[in-house]
Amino acid sequence: MSDSLDQIFIHAKQWLLSFISGRAPDWLIQIASSLINIATLLGVFLTLFALISVLERKILGRMQNRYGPNRVGPFGLFQPVADGIKMLIKEDIVPDRADKIVHFLAPVLIAATAILSLGVIPYGRNMTPFVIDGGILFFFAVGSTTELAVFMAGWGSNNKFSMLGAMRAIAQMISYELPLIITVLPVVMIVGSLNPDKIVGAQAAYSLGFMPHWFVFTPWGATAFILFFVSGLVESNRTPFDVPEGESEIVAGHMTEYSGFKYATFFMAEYIGMFAISGLGITLFLGGWRAPVHFLDFIPSYVWFFVKLSILLFVYIWLRGTLPRTRVDQIMNFAWKFMLPMAFTCVVAAAVWHYTGRGLRGWLWSLAVIAAVYFTLSILLDTRRKFAPRTYRFAE
Amino acid sequence: MSSIAFVAITILTLAAALAAATLQKLMHAALSFAVMFVGISAFFFLLGAEFVGLVQIFVYIGAVAVLIVFTILLTRDDVGKVQSFNWSGVIVAIAVFAGLVWAIANTKSLPLTPPLIEPVRVQRIGELLMTNYVWPLQCVGVLLTAALIGALILVMEEKT
Amino acid sequence: MTLSILLVVSAALFCIGLLAALSRRHAIFILIGIEMMLAAANLNFIAFWRFAPQPAQPTGMMVAIFAIAIAAAEAAVGLAMVIAVYRHFRTTNVDRLDRLKG
Repeated sequence: MSDSLDQIFIHAKQWLLSFISGRAPDWLIQIASSLINIATLLGVFLTLFALISVLERKILGRMQNRYGPNRVGPFGLFQPVADGIKMLIKEDIVPDRADKIVHFLAPVLIAATAILSLGVIPYGRNMTPFVIDGGILFFFAVGSTTELAVFMAGWGSNNKFSMLGAMRAIAQMISYELPLIITVLPVVMIVGSLNPDKIVGAQAAYSLGFMPHWFVFTPWGATAFILFFVSGLVESNRTPFDVPEGESEIVAGHMTEYSGFKYATFFMAEYIGMFAISGLGITLFLGGWRAPVHFLDFIPSYVWFFVKLSILLFVYIWLRGTLPRTRVDQIMNFAWKFMLPMAFTCVVAAAVWHYTGRGLRGWLWSLAVIAAVYFTLSILLDTRRKFAPRTYRFAE
Repeated sequence: MSSIAFVAITILTLAAALAAATLQKLMHAALSFAVMFVGISAFFFLLGAEFVGLVQIFVYIGAVAVLIVFTILLTRDDVGKVQSFNWSGVIVAIAVFAGLVWAIANTKSLPLTPPLIEPVRVQRIGELLMTNYVWPLQCVGVLLTAALIGALILVMEEKT
Repeated sequence: MTLSILLVVSAALFCIGLLAALSRRHAIFILIGIEMMLAAANLNFIAFWRFAPQPAQPTGMMVAIFAIAIAAAEAAVGLAMVIAVYRHFRTTNVDRLDRLKG
């Protein structure tokens, strides 16, 4: 029973395809199968985007001791419908001297790359939309195309603020791509494959019956997960790293000259980027669609994936409500001076964990390596002595 | 089916390449340059070299195209001026193309159809890189470091 | 999709790159042309690897991977030079960079 509930979407898709399987050539069946995958993916994630946009405002509101939107529908949950109607009926203003083609294509490209990157994540048992052997590399290749689209948005608007915002956004995104990719390297090294299905499969065992072999429960995995999560925050331009879209600083950065539906597309691309990075983090470190304890295996795999996704998205929203925005030079320093050395340390620590046996000894040795580098970095990067003692002057 | 894909990708790639070579506005040329690389990656996927296609998208579109648009941005004073076009280059290019096509057409063993292979696994490429090709790998590493340092030094402004 | 058609396509790509490198006067266009020629050569390598008698060594793929890395490094240095030259001469038109002419 639990197996059929688990595979219910696979069976539904096969049932749909059985209508044309006898009578159509092979390539048409493949195209139909891909189209069903794409339609389901778009349906699920656009609904999730709408839900998250209102839940974020409600959660932020509760953290700030106020209600979020609660007028439209029960508990305000129909707010995305109202927002969507508003975005659709707004006038689409394009600056007169803007480059029309580039200005139009930029939101399309950003949304396209964000949705493309969703296609290689395993959402459940046998539920990866597109199985590519180098799936992780595909994810990062498509993610790196986002920078070009951000630049197109900034340049195509013919506006100095947009250009400046786009350059800051690209500098931030390029700097954090390095820690993002290098923290994935220990996982790929230990598993030995870039295929997301194999990476989930390598986290399958349970030791002592209740402790899953997820990579986040190893020292290098925990460090790599934290670094990956922070890099994901930066890549999707979320607070505390939302300098590119900081409203009090640079109007809206590269999105200044976009109104109506194009702005909604940028917004959607940012959230879908968030979903994609969280999905990848779950696949790499949190065991994908696997249950945390063995006797909870009867709950379907996609339910576990979405539970973990919800927890990660809640942490994203929590961080947005709690932390102030960092300065651009603080972001750069953090990336190059702290995160990059720690990311390389994770690679070394993973190798140490593997070669001293993967048990308790490996755990302790890799923890020692990470702790040593962390303390060295914290001594080397000490900024306390660079500032003069604070003097307070009060009005007379 | 793959013939339709092949024809479509060829048209896309060659059109984007022509656009990149002949467009007047520099930014449009740089962006069609990026589209051309998408087309070449699609060729690689069609030929069964998936890893190379992915690396191509990652390196060329994610890095080289961004570098080119940044450089266009930083060297902008000819905005609005018509770029001069040297027509003798067209004659040389057509001559070279004619020569290459003549050479291809006169080779007897070439009309082969693709044999059926399965795509090379990434694990195999990794094994090869670490065993047979470890020296080129280290040399490319040193080369990239040297290029990084060199490029930084070239654009660093002197402290006046 | 025969080997000769693939070679013709990559020859066409190479010649379009040659066109860009020879007939444009802006330094960045010349670099774009050079990158196009390198990509056409990569396509040639992969085409020959694919049509080789099976089981073939993945040598074509390895050369293509290294060529992509080297092309990226060369593009970076070339663009840095364009920026440095622009800072000094205030122009990117290669016809006007003739100070060393006798």
